[in-house]
Order: sequence, then structure tokens, then C-alpha cells
Amino acid sequence: MNRIPIGIRLNLKFDMEFETVIGLEVHVHLKTKTKAFCGCSTEFGNEPNTQTCPVCLGLPGSLPVLNEKALEYAVKVALALDCSAQEFIKFDRKNYFYPDLPKNYQISQYDMPIGLNGFLEIDLDKERKKIRIKRVHLEEDAGKLIHKQDGAYSLVDYNRCGIALLEIVSEPNINSPQEAFEYLKNLKLIIQYLEVSDCDMEKGSLRCDANISLRPKGEKGLGVKTELKNMNSFKGVRLALEYEVKRQKDLLSNGKKIIQDTRLWDENKQLTFSMRTKEEAHDYRYFPDPDLAPFTLSKEFITRIKDDIPELPQQKIENYVKDGDLTRKEAGEIASDKNLSLIYEQCIDIYREPKKMYNWLTGPVLAYVNDRKKSIADLNLEPKELAKLIQYVSNGKLNNTAAKDALFSMLDEVKDIDTIIKEKGLTQVSNEGELEEFIERVLKENSQSVQDFLSGKENAIMFLVGQTMKLSKGKANPKKVKEIILRRLRDVS
Amino acid sequence: MNISKETVKYISNLARIELTEEEIEKFSLQLNDILRYIEQLKEIDITNISPTAHILPISNVKRSDEPRSSLKIDEVLKNAPQKEGLFFKVPKVIE
Repeated sequence: MNRIPIGIRLNLKFDMEFETVIGLEVHVHLKTKTKAFCGCSTEFGNEPNTQTCPVCLGLPGSLPVLNEKALEYAVKVALALDCSAQEFIKFDRKNYFYPDLPKNYQISQYDMPIGLNGFLEIDLDKERKKIRIKRVHLEEDAGKLIHKQDGAYSLVDYNRCGIALLEIVSEPNINSPQEAFEYLKNLKLIIQYLEVSDCDMEKGSLRCDANISLRPKGEKGLGVKTELKNMNSFKGVRLALEYEVKRQKDLLSNGKKIIQDTRLWDENKQLTFSMRTKEEAHDYRYFPDPDLAPFTLSKEFITRIKDDIPELPQQKIENYVKDGDLTRKEAGEIASDKNLSLIYEQCIDIYREPKKMYNWLTGPVLAYVNDRKKSIADLNLEPKELAKLIQYVSNGKLNNTAAKDALFSMLDEVKDIDTIIKEKGLTQVSNEGELEEFIERVLKENSQSVQDFLSGKENAIMFLVGQTMKLSKGKANPKKVKEIILRRLRDVS
Repeated sequence: MNISKETVKYISNLARIELTEEEIEKFSLQLNDILRYIEQLKEIDITNISPTAHILPISNVKRSDEPRSSLKIDEVLKNAPQKEGLFFKVPKVIE
């Protein structure tokens, strides 16, 4: 009998079903004025090394002192992610040599972090899923290295070094690249609602690394994982994970092994490549930082931070669906921006028409924002005025076209809606006498369309309405116009 | 625990300290002596004592988020063995 290795005899190439297991590590810059352990400014984009001092340069004899705002922000995020509030926290040194780290260790947290065992909910096609969060800890960022293309040297800027960085580590219970994408979207949204970070991936104020492994469906143990780095957007994270799922599946299906390594995502080539294998993995030798006394967080402190947490997007979505007959998807669109949701809520308080409000906000208002390249935060939108505008459309004072015009003018010129309507003469004409005059002319000038309608082409009516609207410079009430034309033509026939 | 020569080599590499064969031999013995001495602590009953993270009886040392002036750039770069413009210049290290 031929001695064929068992793997080949069994032909492992058949379609084995795999389950994807992903864990995400997210780093966000906290929006404090000064660094985590010294008073240097955190402002972005200034001359290199001008925001450094003996503490963040790691000069001998300097002592770090924790920024209380950084601590508050970190606790806030931990609580918003439903982590159990830790009463005792401490800082540890994570040791490694690299030029972006002048002390040769990073102040971080090892076994007593800010928060443990939280979760975050994501919306999937048919269900909602809780993604468990393992830990939230506070650390300091490293400096920025610029590798010279041709030269054999690098340049270092320590302005970023020491900025308060929050690391949020999920449990490996994310099961697809899409779930990872949703998790990141929601995490960013929560942090933005808390106003503790800009979460701007382009500026590096949010970064994400991913651990991914596959295992045969139904199996409990974890497969060999790889770590992915260098993704510059949430879409990049999803693409890198999709690529890695396929790469690992191909290897495993062919009876090959996954080698545990750290891989970089190459956005141009759309692939991951190995940067280092586990053999060269770091040994960080964590130990408590003797320069930093530990922290005891009182119940009062934790309660104060908790009370300061605003209503979060998931809760808003629930409320909008319950009180405003919006669908979950619609509610999600409104809640996807804190400022948009605030405008929505204020408008609803004045004029209780959630669906109309949703249509106006996601339609004309967002169109304006995109057109003028503004952010919702710096719109001069008075909820009271928008509510009034929508009311005018409902009661026939304005038609839709005129109302959109009025909205744009109102936002451009920062005037109230009544002034805009008066200045532009936008009031809708519903007076039959005035409308009859327009219609009279239109019917006379478009006898062919009239004939078409009379001979059964129902669509011709829309053309006639359109002509009347044009003649009235958009002010005619289209519903009324259609009514009158129909009546007139019926009289003729 | 026994500190083998391999362990000494590993630790010296982590600390970026180059040792001669003789030094490795010597430190292996010395580290073993030190550890043996420390191991006496194991004889103490610590059942009801939580681990000490910090030896000083102080906690919650923090400061307000108020910017303070940074060092002047010439002072920042004063001790740098090499610089270029406003940057520190270092040998190329790719992780």
C-alpha cells in the first residue's frame, strides 16, 4: 500500500466551513489641551519638537504627573462602554527600545486598567449583537518617525510623544469583517458623543489594529492568529480583514499552517504582507511605574462622571423608533451625528412631525451641508425656524421647491424664515383667482397638450401643471393647480 | 529558579548590553545568588495581603489640564548627538 500522508488521503481541500474570529485594538487620542503626564500642548501640526519638555523627552530626574482631564475622559469612555468601574488603578512601564520612545518605556496600564468587561452593541442585518470589550486603558502616545527614503537614517518629532491615548480592546467575539466595521463605526460615534476625541483617522487621532484567526465551524479553541496593522480607514480595516480571511482560508483548506505574525496592510496593492513573526515578538517586561502613585477612584467621582454622560446613539435610536415612528435605519441616520440628533429633537419638540423632520434633515439640510462643504456643527440652523418652515409646507403657505430655496437662503443669510419669505416673495399662491389667470394662459399656449389629455394621455396634465408652476415662478400651489386644470378640462370635455 | 547562561544572554539582549563570555558566566552566578537571597521572602505567609503596587502611602497625584510652556527648541536639541533642522536624527530602525 502506498504511504500517503493522511491529510492528502482525506483530501482536506473539500469545502471545510470556517468561522472567522476577530479582536480589535483601537487607540484614540484624548482631546485634552495638554499631554498625559506633562503640561506640553497637544496642538496638531506645529513645528517639530516645539511641544516637548524634560518629562516627555524622558530626561533624567523629570517626574510625570497625570492630567486629571485625561483620567476623567478615560473613565467616561469606560463607563459609556459599560465597563465595570475600577476603584483602584495604576500605571505600569512597558519596556521596549525604539527611537519614537525616548524613555525606552511607555507609560501604560497592565493588570489594573481604567475599565474591564464592557460591551458595545452593533446592528446586523437581522439581529443586534453585543461585542464584548475586554479592557479600556490609558497610556501615552509615542513620537513620530520620518524614514528618509534614500538616507540610512530617520528623523524624530516628539510633539506627539506623551499625548494621552486610550486603548480599547475588544474580546475576540467579532465574527466577520462587516461586524468589525460596524463595531468601529459605533465605537467612534460613542466617543464623539462623549466629546473626548476627534477620532480623525487621517490625523492619527484614531488608529486600529486587528487580530484575526479562523477555526473550523463549531470548534471552541482559537486558531493561530495574525495581527494586522497600518489600516488608514474603517473601510481599509474591512478590506484588510476580508483579504486575510481569504488568505487564511486558502492556506487551511490546502492543509497548510498559519504562521503567527504581524502583517501590514498595503492599501495600493490591496494585500497584507508579513512584517515580523512571533519568534521576534516583544518581551515587554511590564512593572509598576514607581514615578506614578496609584489612583483610588471614589464612588462620588465615578457617579459624577456617569451623570455627565449624554444620551448615547443606541438609546437615541430606541427613542426615535418608539416615539417618532421612524424605522431603525432612519433613526440611525439621525443619530449618526450628535448635532443632527440635537436639531431633530428640538424641532420635534416644537412641531411633532418626526417623519417630515427626518425627510427634511436627511434631504435638504444635508444637501446644504454637502453643497457648502460645512459641518452640521457650524450650521446656523435655528430648530425653531426649521420647524416653522416645515409647518408652512404642511399648511400650504410654501410649496416644496420654494421651501428648499428658503432653507438655503435662510442658512446662507442667517435670517429668520419669515423675513426670507417676505424678501423673496415666496409665499405660495393658492388663491383660485390668481391661479386661474396663470392657467388660462397655459391652456391657451399649449393646446396640443390639452388635446393630448383629452384624447386620453393622462400624463399631459403634469406638463400643464409644470408650465403653470414656471409661469408663477414656482409660487403656485401645485395641488391646487392640478385640481383647477382637471376641473377646466373636464368642463371642456 | 536557575539563571542559565542563555537567560543572561536573553536579558542582556533585551537591555541592549553586550557581554563577553566571561561576564555572562559571572553574571549568571551572581544573579543566581541574588535570586536565592530574595527567595527567602517565599517563606513568609502572605495569604491575606494584597500585592503592593507602590510603596509610598500616597495616591491620586494629578494636575489640571493647563498648558505650561515647553522647552525652547535649542534646549530640546542641545544634547542630541545628531540633529537635522528641528528634528532629532537617529539611525534608521525598521521595526
